[in-house]
Amino acid sequence: MKHDITFTVNDESYSIAVESHHNLLRVLREQLVLTGTKNGCSEGECGACTVLLDGEPVNSCLVLGVEADGHAITTVEGLAVDGHLAPIQQTMVELGGTQCGFCTPGVLIASHALLLRNPDPSEAEIRAGLVGNLCRCTGYVRIVDAVREAARMQRTSVSPIP
Amino acid sequence: MAIKKTTIVGQSFPRVESNAKVMGAAQYVDDMQFGPNLLHGRLKRSTVPHAMIKRIDVSKARALPGVRVVVTGQDYPGLTGLYLSDRPTFAVDRVRWVGEPVAGVAADTPELAERACELIEVEYEELPGVFDPEFGASGAAPLLHPDLMDYAAVPFIFRQPGTNISNWFKVRKGDMEAGWAEAAHIYEHTYRVPHVQHVPLETHVAVAQVDGNGKITLWSASQSPFAQRNLIAKSLNISHSKLRVITPYIGGGFGAKAGVSMEGACVVMALNAKGRPVKLAMSRAEEFHTTFVRQGLVAKIKMGMTADGRITAMQNTYYWDGGAYTEYGVNITRAAGYSSTGPYFVPNVHADSLCVYTNHPVGGAMRGFGMPEIHWAIEQHIDRMATQLHLDPVQVRLLNCLKEGQETVTGMIMHPTGLSQCIAKAAEALDWETPSKPSGTGKRRGKGIAAMWKAPAMPPNPGSSSTIRFNEDGTCLVNIGGVDMGQGALTIAAQLAAEGLGIPIEDVRVNTVDTDYSPYEWQTVASRLTWSMGNAILRAADEAKTQIIQMVAEVWGEDPQDLDIIDGNVVSYATEESVPLKNIVVYGMQKPDGTWAGGPVVGKGRFMPTYVTPLDAETGQGPRAVVHFTTGAQAVEVEIDEETGEVQVLKLVSAYDVGKAINPDMVRTQMEGGAVQGLSTALLESIILRNGQPMNPSFTDYRIATAVDAPVEMVNIIVEVPQDDGPYGARGIGEHAMVPTAPAIANAVRAAVGVEIDSMPITSEKVWKGMKGQE
Repeated sequence: MKHDITFTVNDESYSIAVESHHNLLRVLREQLVLTGTKNGCSEGECGACTVLLDGEPVNSCLVLGVEADGHAITTVEGLAVDGHLAPIQQTMVELGGTQCGFCTPGVLIASHALLLRNPDPSEAEIRAGLVGNLCRCTGYVRIVDAVREAARMQRTSVSPIP
Repeated sequence: MAIKKTTIVGQSFPRVESNAKVMGAAQYVDDMQFGPNLLHGRLKRSTVPHAMIKRIDVSKARALPGVRVVVTGQDYPGLTGLYLSDRPTFAVDRVRWVGEPVAGVAADTPELAERACELIEVEYEELPGVFDPEFGASGAAPLLHPDLMDYAAVPFIFRQPGTNISNWFKVRKGDMEAGWAEAAHIYEHTYRVPHVQHVPLETHVAVAQVDGNGKITLWSASQSPFAQRNLIAKSLNISHSKLRVITPYIGGGFGAKAGVSMEGACVVMALNAKGRPVKLAMSRAEEFHTTFVRQGLVAKIKMGMTADGRITAMQNTYYWDGGAYTEYGVNITRAAGYSSTGPYFVPNVHADSLCVYTNHPVGGAMRGFGMPEIHWAIEQHIDRMATQLHLDPVQVRLLNCLKEGQETVTGMIMHPTGLSQCIAKAAEALDWETPSKPSGTGKRRGKGIAAMWKAPAMPPNPGSSSTIRFNEDGTCLVNIGGVDMGQGALTIAAQLAAEGLGIPIEDVRVNTVDTDYSPYEWQTVASRLTWSMGNAILRAADEAKTQIIQMVAEVWGEDPQDLDIIDGNVVSYATEESVPLKNIVVYGMQKPDGTWAGGPVVGKGRFMPTYVTPLDAETGQGPRAVVHFTTGAQAVEVEIDEETGEVQVLKLVSAYDVGKAINPDMVRTQMEGGAVQGLSTALLESIILRNGQPMNPSFTDYRIATAVDAPVEMVNIIVEVPQDDGPYGARGIGEHAMVPTAPAIANAVRAAVGVEIDSMPITSEKVWKGMKGQE
């Protein structure tokens, strides 16, 4: 059975009909063809599908599409502004926080959310903030470095826009 | 010719594709759009570990509206395998592991495909199973592959008729009696390694489609597009030219995506789909036990040492739990055999490495290819013996570790190696001599070290090739057949091409793989791309550069020896003339008389090692077992909670001899990632199998290291003793990074609390029980 929903994704409004059993991840990837958000387990364990729902990070595989009705979603495609990478995207590139890149969208969203909550996280807070995002390539070292550096950039108002 | 100082090789450029990855724009197979007529595949899998199939009834599945394809093993009985063709695409008559595909369904939606699989009825007559490799190798075990000797196989594996042993690698070297007699101390012990899974964040996924001319295209998240083309074409008895494999970005592999696992089933379904594309994607549960797993190991080590710590003899037996099919695993057994002593000079060796069929998931390549497993045993054993003899583990390793000119276990003469340096530097960076204070009461600390070696494990003659084509604006396209699965192959390729051509790295674009357009590459495995593909790229660059310089020399009337390409310009050292590559690399150059020289520049290069020799079947001896070995060491400090037995890795030092770091920062990221993967397997990971049934195929029950489990501090040390057959002296590093981690941690745990852990993983429970046992 389909339901009509209206929601915003990356500041753009959508009115679409979604199957009642389709999760938000599937709606984003298959109906909106926003394929940056990845499916790593479909069970809410790996964090690859993390998106922001009204500013809070959620595993989009555990949210039904219909539950997004009336809400605002941010995906990895929405982090860059006018083609300019967000600080966390810049530092992930510069510090080598991405290898295969499959966990990267979820890691970026979780990191972005962490920095919204806590602009000056300690190393332990960064690690705890990323505990729901599995990465098999990097050993997390450069990801933690990238979050720390992005926090510093944002605090010291170093413009992410060159 | 004098060696020029490199300007691009040796620099830490960011990954060339990282912008696409951080923007969510990098396309993986599951992101590709195939339109509304895409069919969704699903596999009906065996629920029992060993049985004859009495009956398969697919009629109810076929009758379900929306189901378009149903196939079984009767339709496609061909066998396949990388080194030993023992694996059917769908089970025929017999199933050998829980999860083995018995039928495939493609339907309009994933839900329909799943429902159709449920409607397929399979009747089994169960058979006794083999769940332990040592038992499997014995005469008492039921035979899992009665046709073993009839399977096609490479000549360098040695099957044993009438047994479950699909490869037996033997080393018989020196005089064992003399070796034992010379020893002041002999110690014998058994170690175990469970099955683990690679856990790439992207599970296996493939899409296949057949066009009107019968040409099949397979989009595959693969480390091995060319090997997949080869194996699937052969198993279906079709021409290689009829199969095209396209691999975009892939979300990690670690060996799981080497060779072929589920992709053949996707192709078979597409052959029956009347031109519609069929997608087959593994669920996380399927990924855990139905594609490839790391083989289990039972390792029996007996070692003799003199009172001052010199190894006099080793007798090692490795029983590999190869699983239901050992098409790939037979070569892990071989690699473990020719590396069986670890990185040490041992004059007297008796080693047996046996690949044994069991009714467990299929063993395949995983990062390290047998080396993390055998080093778990060897590196703990040597450490324990050092302690038993009141010797320092670092000094014992420095005494015994292979040096240039010494004989390896197979009689190969060791090439220049920085192994001693790696051991010494790792110990030094951990402040080996000085114990550090625990963080509080109820905590104990210890330091441990482990050394390693690993050769690229592959057939003697795996080839690489590359082409370089120029664009009008002086930029170029580098085509390769190797896959960037996160290790950085695209960036390394760009750096080597730019360095070889003399152009800025920004002017180089490297393409992902399409077997119809990319040049041949055997597989992206064995940490071989930087080395082997790198050699091919340098040769392609050299050919392109020669074409350019000869053209300019002809037009300028100069000696080509006086010309070079620097920063995208052809320059003359004789006349100081200069011309940018723009335009001339496609349109050629006009000569003073008005005629033309040159044409579109296309460089091609290839590389294949031609110098590896066979080894004797009975002794394992031969002049050159492998191309070379990468060596290294890791040293770790742990802190253990006496109340809980929990192990925290405080500091982890890695030191590897990579020959030459083409991109030093990417070498360090391999060291970091490998170390944490090694730590994760050491402390957390195990596929729990009860009578062949996987008990924990989910992230809830199979934990991998998270950001809080990673070491507090990591130090990465690059040692560079050049490799004579590597590009700018480079060797591989990708796999090596996790080889010594688990035994280094085990040795640190033993140093901290005196508890010896024979069986991986080092769980809190085992450590706690060990401490209680001492009281």
